[in-house]
Amino acid sequence: MSTHKTEELVTYVAHLARLELKEQELHKLALQLEDILGFIAKLNEADIKDIAPTSHILPVHNVLRDDVPGESLPAHKALENAPSREGDSFTVPRVIE
Amino acid sequence: MEFYRLTAHELVELLDSGRVQGDELLLQLKERIDTVDPEVKAYVRPGSPVEVQPALAEKSTHTPLKGIPISIKDNICTEGVLTECCSRILEGFKPPYDATVIRKLREAGALILTRKTNMDEFAFGSSTENSCFGATSNPWDLRRVPGGSSGGSAASVAADEAIAALGSDTGGSIRQPASFCGVVGLKPTYGRVSRYGLIAFASSLDQIGPLTKDVRDCALIMQTIAGFDPKDSTSVDIPVPDYCASLEAGINGLTIGIPRQYFVKGIDPQVKSVVEEAIAELKSLGAVCKEVSLPHTEFAVPVYYIIATAEASSNLARFDGVQYGLRAPLKNTQNSPMIDMYKSTRGAGFGEEAKRRILLGTFSLSHGYYDAYYLRALKVRTLIKQDFDAAFKECDCIVTPTSPTAAFGIGEKMEDPLQMYLSDIYTISANLSGIPALSVPCGFTKEGLPVGMQLMAKPFAEETLFRCAYAYEQATVWHKSKPSLGAS
Repeated sequence: MSTHKTEELVTYVAHLARLELKEQELHKLALQLEDILGFIAKLNEADIKDIAPTSHILPVHNVLRDDVPGESLPAHKALENAPSREGDSFTVPRVIE
Repeated sequence: MEFYRLTAHELVELLDSGRVQGDELLLQLKERIDTVDPEVKAYVRPGSPVEVQPALAEKSTHTPLKGIPISIKDNICTEGVLTECCSRILEGFKPPYDATVIRKLREAGALILTRKTNMDEFAFGSSTENSCFGATSNPWDLRRVPGGSSGGSAASVAADEAIAALGSDTGGSIRQPASFCGVVGLKPTYGRVSRYGLIAFASSLDQIGPLTKDVRDCALIMQTIAGFDPKDSTSVDIPVPDYCASLEAGINGLTIGIPRQYFVKGIDPQVKSVVEEAIAELKSLGAVCKEVSLPHTEFAVPVYYIIATAEASSNLARFDGVQYGLRAPLKNTQNSPMIDMYKSTRGAGFGEEAKRRILLGTFSLSHGYYDAYYLRALKVRTLIKQDFDAAFKECDCIVTPTSPTAAFGIGEKMEDPLQMYLSDIYTISANLSGIPALSVPCGFTKEGLPVGMQLMAKPFAEETLFRCAYAYEQATVWHKSKPSLGAS
């Protein structure tokens, strides 16, 4: 991949990840990611025919528990760390135009 | 007497019999931190005072760690005590609750130090240089890194600035710094220790574990923190064995597998010969050594850097300037003010390595790349796990170096992320396959830097690791060596 194309890709992925990058950062990260992806391409040598994916190491499955009311964090504690709040709510910039 | 130099099991006895007073121990420890931490920088927020969270011992009659001061990595939640993952984006975060491991330690009588230990931001790194508080130094050579990402925890124990520590391990972050700093470090089996209250990096790989001065302390701390927790749906509900009881069982007849793929190119010749001598020692203690094969070892690092970054990019989505930490000031733009706030907060709050990993993870999960990267990596992960399943049919325990080199220089690998990633080559596979792995000191290089030997066993066979490491430790002197620091 050309560096220009990688920079385009990084810009797109950074948007998906909601990550602001400075011009210099973009350039440096694009070069490094090119390097890392080149290394990762090694995985193409592995024979994965008929191999199932492992997303989790334990044989986990969903279990439903009884719905028993318990103690939960009170609102004021949950809001304690918020950079901006009003009453029992987090406040954020305008979402609807 | 310098009580802070002792182990937890020694101090428990002395405190219990009244030969050491708790206040005296704590005072000595604080003085020690004041003396050596300006050089080592194991703790975050240099210059601020060290206090302890009060014990919760009154809630329990069983207090096996009563009065023992323990240092905690900056990514494990402590109620009301700053926990920032060494990241600007979590600036000022005081968790409203204790992690399960912290609650368990406090109930066992342990004293939790309120200045956390330094780490790579969000545990992204192998050197503890990626921290918003600056780098930690290796107590054995201040110009070198302590390893990472639990470098502060490892350095605090090695420098006698804590009696023991907790760290977290996603790809080697307990074992590699333990090896670089000459202490014992354990990554438990996935699911053995609750992750509730551990700020998540990669949820299918993360485990909390102890860093200690010797193997008995490691077993003692593990005894307290292990076990099922309804608050962590991936913790496993099987009984916790008595780890200390099996320590002295010896290793006569134990079969040890030596994977040939771990002793090839890339390993430092000094590390290789130190570990080979340690293997010879295990033989002389009665272990039977045989060669085993882990044929997919070469794929471990690339698989890890896809899976771990994919999970991290998803876990780090929660840092968006709304619930906690940093929020960047609003800009005047034509775009959505909400999306702008997310972007500028995250752009300002995350460090370089965090950005690199978020981008890589988002990329491999994105439309058009998912199958070729993420899904392929999950399949190769299966192959790596199958390698271990097969190897453990032939042996009880696998022995390798913990890291291909001893501690490297501060700054040496910072501009080359790929070289940094390769320093985890021997530790990553245990996380990918979920097995327990322990690093125990096994000698020094000519430059006087510690070398660690890694022991790996089947899932939930921590007892085998303790037994083997204890037999080795008792037959050698490495764990008694201390770095020279401060006035001592």
